[in-house]
Amino acid sequence: MTIATASASTWRERRVLPGFGLTLGFTTLYLSVIVLIPLAALMLRPWTLGWDGFWSTITAPRVLAALKFSFGAAAIAAAANSVFGFVVAWSLVRYRFPLKRFLDALVDLPFALPTAVAGIALCTLYAPNGWLGAPLMKVGLKVAYTPPGVVVALIFIGLPFVVRTLEPVISELGPEAEEASATLGATRMQTFFRVIFPALAPALITGTALAFARAVGEYGSVIFIAGNLPMVSEIAPLLIVIKLEQFNYAGAAAIGVVMLLASFAIIFALNAFQSFLASRR
Amino acid sequence: MRAATEDHPITKLALSTATVGLIVLFLVLPLITVFSNALAKGFGEAFAALRDPDALSAIELTVETALIVVPLNALFGICAAWAITKHQFPGKGVLVTLIDMPFSVSPVIAGLIFMLLFGMQGWLGPWLRDHDIKIVFALPGIVLATAFVSFPFVARELIPLMADQGSDEEQAAVSLGATGLQTFLRVTLPNIKWGLLYGVLLCNARAMGEFGAVSVVSGHIRGLTNTMPLQVEVLYNDYQFVGAFAVASVLAMLAIVTLIVKSFLEWRYADEIAAAHRH
Repeated sequence: MTIATASASTWRERRVLPGFGLTLGFTTLYLSVIVLIPLAALMLRPWTLGWDGFWSTITAPRVLAALKFSFGAAAIAAAANSVFGFVVAWSLVRYRFPLKRFLDALVDLPFALPTAVAGIALCTLYAPNGWLGAPLMKVGLKVAYTPPGVVVALIFIGLPFVVRTLEPVISELGPEAEEASATLGATRMQTFFRVIFPALAPALITGTALAFARAVGEYGSVIFIAGNLPMVSEIAPLLIVIKLEQFNYAGAAAIGVVMLLASFAIIFALNAFQSFLASRR
Repeated sequence: MRAATEDHPITKLALSTATVGLIVLFLVLPLITVFSNALAKGFGEAFAALRDPDALSAIELTVETALIVVPLNALFGICAAWAITKHQFPGKGVLVTLIDMPFSVSPVIAGLIFMLLFGMQGWLGPWLRDHDIKIVFALPGIVLATAFVSFPFVARELIPLMADQGSDEEQAAVSLGATGLQTFLRVTLPNIKWGLLYGVLLCNARAMGEFGAVSVVSGHIRGLTNTMPLQVEVLYNDYQFVGAFAVASVLAMLAIVTLIVKSFLEWRYADEIAAAHRH
């Protein structure tokens, strides 16, 4: 009898580690204070304008232009990054060349370099008298202070997302499928498009979507090079800042809600896409 | 003859060249630009720019903010990982998703949300003004916005790591009579220390370098609420390029040190940081 009680209590102690209430309590409290309550304040604020006020704020020509520009530039940069990121990830995993480790470590630079630093560096580089800006001007391409400048900054900021998502998938891609394909008489090109690319496509889509989501909301690396001309090269986050400076909090919140819902939609779609793929395996 | 699974030498050469070209064009050149512009008028000018009182107070504010935010986010990361990986409870998946949320929020929105709470026209704005409490345009607002943007780093590093490690060792310690704190300090912490350092490193880099969120809540009061990235902006917009790039190069050096330590941890302690970073 006593033995049974003792073993039962030992079993209970073995199963439950201490500190659950304390750690979960602090986690929930800190999450609420830093993230949840402030985001709730954002979701609730635009409605002080009423639905009509909200709608007229986000459909005002300048706001619509900024939203279109932010999403459009982010889409172009993400498309470019899907190609650039693929080339970089493939070469870094599959090939050998000098300074490879060093270059691989550098890919994370946009994650580590403060965005304002990246912003002034890119702006100086692509300015009409800059190292890259001057030769580009000679061939008639103006990059700094124009929409293409924004795309350049967004490519910078998004590249590591694609590379870092693809690299582990490429290195886990065993040689068996490629060998089988070659044995069955496929050319290298056929093997690539029919065997390798389909295996990498989900990671490529994930990385590109992450780069896109990051680019839509990017601020620091963009505002210096953008020129910030209303209706032309003004990004939506900058319009939020402008509305705040005019004490139009509800207007700023309205744009914020649209951007927030858009990025949650991207993340949600991505998760749905990944669980769809997982369920097919 | 080359193996059937190897690319044609011309493909190899073309893609490797493109890779080096892309990395030099998009990553190396901007980095060189920072240092070369900082030193455009010599070391003397660059160091003089860093000794400017506004620059010094920006450095001080940045370090101060990081010293508050990084330990808080690290403590949060440890608590969240302990609760999530060592216990079973309903709603765990939702909690993990919520912890990652700040990464999908624009930095400007991260600043905006604290303006909506504590700004003049914010919900608590009038009450705070009546009681003479300053949150936005002061250190507390900068700390909150920075904490938001660097929120998930430690937690998302520790959760997969501690989930991988399981809780057998902790259960053994507890059954031998160790208290919760003893178990954590003597059993869990030694197992996760490199992962924790990795998370803290990334959290710190983001905390010290944050621009958008802090820019919204800081009010840009010179010598008072400008962090280093904001000081970079102020100087740059004033056409004080040497000063702007001098402060920027301190931040760039921080980024380089971060990358070096990060690569070292990934190489040396691959098994002791989360699986996601092992190449």
